[in-house]
Amino acid sequence: MLFAGTPFALNRIELIRLLVLVVLLVFLLVGTRRLQLVPRRGQVVVEFLLGFPRNSIIIDTLGEKDGRRFMPILMTVFFVTLGMNLTGIIPGLQIAGTSVIGIPLIEAVILYVVFIYAGLKKNGAGFLKASLFPPGVPWPLYILLTPVEFVSTFIVRPISLTLRLLMNLVAGHMLLALCWAATQFFLVTLLFNGQALGLLGLGTFAFGVVFFGLELFVALLQAYVITILGAIYIQLSLADEH
Amino acid sequence: MATSIDVVGQLAPLAFGLAAIGSGIGVGIIVGKTIESVARQPELQGRLQTLMFLGIALTEALAFIAVGVAYIPFPHP
Repeated sequence: MLFAGTPFALNRIELIRLLVLVVLLVFLLVGTRRLQLVPRRGQVVVEFLLGFPRNSIIIDTLGEKDGRRFMPILMTVFFVTLGMNLTGIIPGLQIAGTSVIGIPLIEAVILYVVFIYAGLKKNGAGFLKASLFPPGVPWPLYILLTPVEFVSTFIVRPISLTLRLLMNLVAGHMLLALCWAATQFFLVTLLFNGQALGLLGLGTFAFGVVFFGLELFVALLQAYVITILGAIYIQLSLADEH
Repeated sequence: MATSIDVVGQLAPLAFGLAAIGSGIGVGIIVGKTIESVARQPELQGRLQTLMFLGIALTEALAFIAVGVAYIPFPHP
């Protein structure tokens, strides 16, 4: 804990978040300076990292015009999530900035506000009508359908966005911690005391390496998923009423 | 003859196990169908993989919500 006892106390996860913030700012500022028409090696990497969410997530989902409108917020969500997920597997840091509820909750609330705002701005009260009373069903069904639609659109969406991101990272951290702790116990404690059971440590070490790769994949996948879900929710709000 | 069984210990892993059945079946169906579709139309592989990962993430969320249940501070009797 840094500055413990004062209102500015920072624990390890908050320090890691600040570090990620600095790294992201430096990467984006330095990476996008002096861009050339014919990219050099460093610029190719930056263009790939910025171009992937821009083209294959946002513009593919929302289209060119609306994609450009909601580009800043979705790109921010993508890069913050990606950076904070990746700290979970960097040796020395070893905990993800998104593995306590603060960041996932804030991202979910931002996306929630944005997709409701987008719907209200585009269709006005028609947005609420389209999302609560889906067209094309006989009217007595609305008694059943409207509460279900309300819960699934306005309550389950932000909760599932939060918990999906948070729990993926928490479960990943625990898997890794379990594997490394078991390796330490079996190899160091048991084997050095001459017990053959300690050879199990080789197995847990192998599992640790495998889960390390899995966590890298999960970190990339969850950043992708939260961005594309945000884009899909916005696109559903923007859909014309029929 | 009344017998009572006391269940002691943490029940959250049980909840996770039950939830994992459902999402395990769901992920299996998604991946299986994707393999089937790629076998029919190999040229769509890229798009289908994207949709597959999206579907997996949505299905997996149910199991992860069950992990989250362990952290809800229920009052202990």
